[in-house]
Amino acid sequence: MRPARALRGGLLLLAVVLMLFPAVWMLITSLKDIQDVYAATVFDFTPTLDNYRDVFVSTSAAGGASDLVTNFSNSVIITALATLLATLIGVPAAWGFSRFDLKGAKDQLFFILSTRFMPPVVVVIPLFVMYRWAGLYDTRTGLVLLYTAFNLPFTIWMMKGFVDEIPGEYEDALMMDGYSRLQAFRQGSLPLLVPGILATAVFSMIFTWNEFTFAVFLTGSTARTVPPAIAGLLGGQSTPWGLVAAAAMVFALPVLAFGFLVRKHLVAGMTFGAVRR
Amino acid sequence: MAGIHIEGLRKQFPDGTVAVEHLDLEIADGELFVLLGPSGCGKTTTLRCIAGLEHQTSGDIRIGDQLVNGRRAGERDIAMVFQFYALYPHLSARDNIAFPLRAQSVAASEVERRVAASAEMLKITDLLDRKPSRLSGGEQQRIALARALVRAPQAFLMDEPLTNLDAELRIDMRTEIKHLQAELGTTMVYVTHDQVEAMSLGDRIGIVNNGRLEQVGAPLDVYRNPATLFAAGFIGTPPMNLFDVRVDGQALVGPAGLRLPRPAAATGTGLVAGVRAEWLGLVGPDDDGAPGQVVATESLGDETIYVVDVEGELLSVREPPTAPWRDGDAVTVHHHARFEPRVYDSESGRALGTEPPEDPAEASTPDATDRSVSTDPAHSGADAGTP
Repeated sequence: MRPARALRGGLLLLAVVLMLFPAVWMLITSLKDIQDVYAATVFDFTPTLDNYRDVFVSTSAAGGASDLVTNFSNSVIITALATLLATLIGVPAAWGFSRFDLKGAKDQLFFILSTRFMPPVVVVIPLFVMYRWAGLYDTRTGLVLLYTAFNLPFTIWMMKGFVDEIPGEYEDALMMDGYSRLQAFRQGSLPLLVPGILATAVFSMIFTWNEFTFAVFLTGSTARTVPPAIAGLLGGQSTPWGLVAAAAMVFALPVLAFGFLVRKHLVAGMTFGAVRR
Repeated sequence: MAGIHIEGLRKQFPDGTVAVEHLDLEIADGELFVLLGPSGCGKTTTLRCIAGLEHQTSGDIRIGDQLVNGRRAGERDIAMVFQFYALYPHLSARDNIAFPLRAQSVAASEVERRVAASAEMLKITDLLDRKPSRLSGGEQQRIALARALVRAPQAFLMDEPLTNLDAELRIDMRTEIKHLQAELGTTMVYVTHDQVEAMSLGDRIGIVNNGRLEQVGAPLDVYRNPATLFAAGFIGTPPMNLFDVRVDGQALVGPAGLRLPRPAAATGTGLVAGVRAEWLGLVGPDDDGAPGQVVATESLGDETIYVVDVEGELLSVREPPTAPWRDGDAVTVHHHARFEPRVYDSESGRALGTEPPEDPAEASTPDATDRSVSTDPAHSGADAGTP
């Protein structure tokens, strides 16, 4: 028994080290000044929060908020709106696909899914041309529209699974009691769908928050979100690794915190077919 | 309270599936009518059309003298009990029962009085403060029943309400539902795939297959005189023995020379005889009849069902528990002369010469002048069928 336990502990430790190493490395780097970043030691340095200050405060002589602050507010606004819109449109759509016998429902669902088959980088050039023409280039609206469209298939498919799990009899019973179809949905199924909606919204949120390809091609300086902005810090004369790491830490934190808070729902969401009524 | 009248009902779903081909039905006021059929036969769709949860492609549905085509479920004044009880999980039993009354803005004191009365009737008074998750399946179904009857509706619709209960409880609840319906005198349409349930509950049974009514009749009538091969094979435990026969003078001859009396209408070829297990008897191997071998015995206590292989045809024979036969015994099957077999045309599957007896309720079909009463023109057209 003992050697087996030791082995298991060792393997677990190895897994933890391997998985956490990049995050820890990033954290450490974010606390170093530029000399320490290039120094040959890993742990031997004086921690500094200067990098974190630089994330928020401009280093130029005039001071004020840094560009990254704009990027962060873009990311927050775009992610919130795209997730909200995808949920508001996708949940009723999923309910419709689940509850009603629609002509060619399977084909429609497949079509909806098929819009996600294409890798973003394939469509980004035509999208760029269209966005330039439509005046959506480098606007938050443009990215919100695009991310909503990209989140919808996922939202519809995942939510359909959740709605399928909830017996239609709840709504039938409400309709027998005099409620309309939509009232029955709101009173009967919607309260039971909340965990599923949360799980789905978190997935949408994470996708939108992390999206890079569209953001880098379809934004300039105004609507740029954080991922391409951080990438933009690289290169040039010298790369401010400490700042990159600090910005990445700040960027990762909301998703980590949110994911941690709703982790139960996330697991339920990922196993949606297997959840018992 | 009201009867339910269905005329030319047809339901086709947008994906092209026809759930109900064509269905005419008269359910009398105060009747307990059972729609019986295998799954997917259209019985539940018919019920949902009556409820207003589905809208028929064509045909008319009347509840009492009201044409209800196109009316919303909530406007039909009927209550439905579901297989999955559909109790609101966040409400106590009391609030669940009160829900339909509150939805109709009934005064609080009246709600309280009627909830108490329904709870009394279903003997669930001491469960009223519990949430559905803390109730057993049988208790949940009682709450669902109480919720249906608290409204004092025109009719009850029951969609396989006992299917999810275990066998013992199912029999109790069956008795109780029958008793309740008789006491209230409210029309009830009860959908089930369980023929025992249908036989024991129904004032009349309608057997549905492939979206059509195969036969409508009182339980014993349906049992004795199945109108079609399907009905013969569906009703009864064991179902009717069905085997090919040929005419030989005043007799019909089945496998291994099994002789049956010939009903007058049985002529020509392509005949299938329908014989109940209790119409057959077993005697020793040297007696007159069709020789066979016992291949299975089901001892049910008060009787024993023998399955006998007669020239490759498996016949069920009902015998008293004192019968001496065992698996493997050579026996002779004979037909009790006092029973006349049913004879079916193997092509059409319909019984020969014995048209289904005239239905008492059918005779009271409202005539054409009745139909014009309170017909809202906006609702009289057939619904397009889209939800």
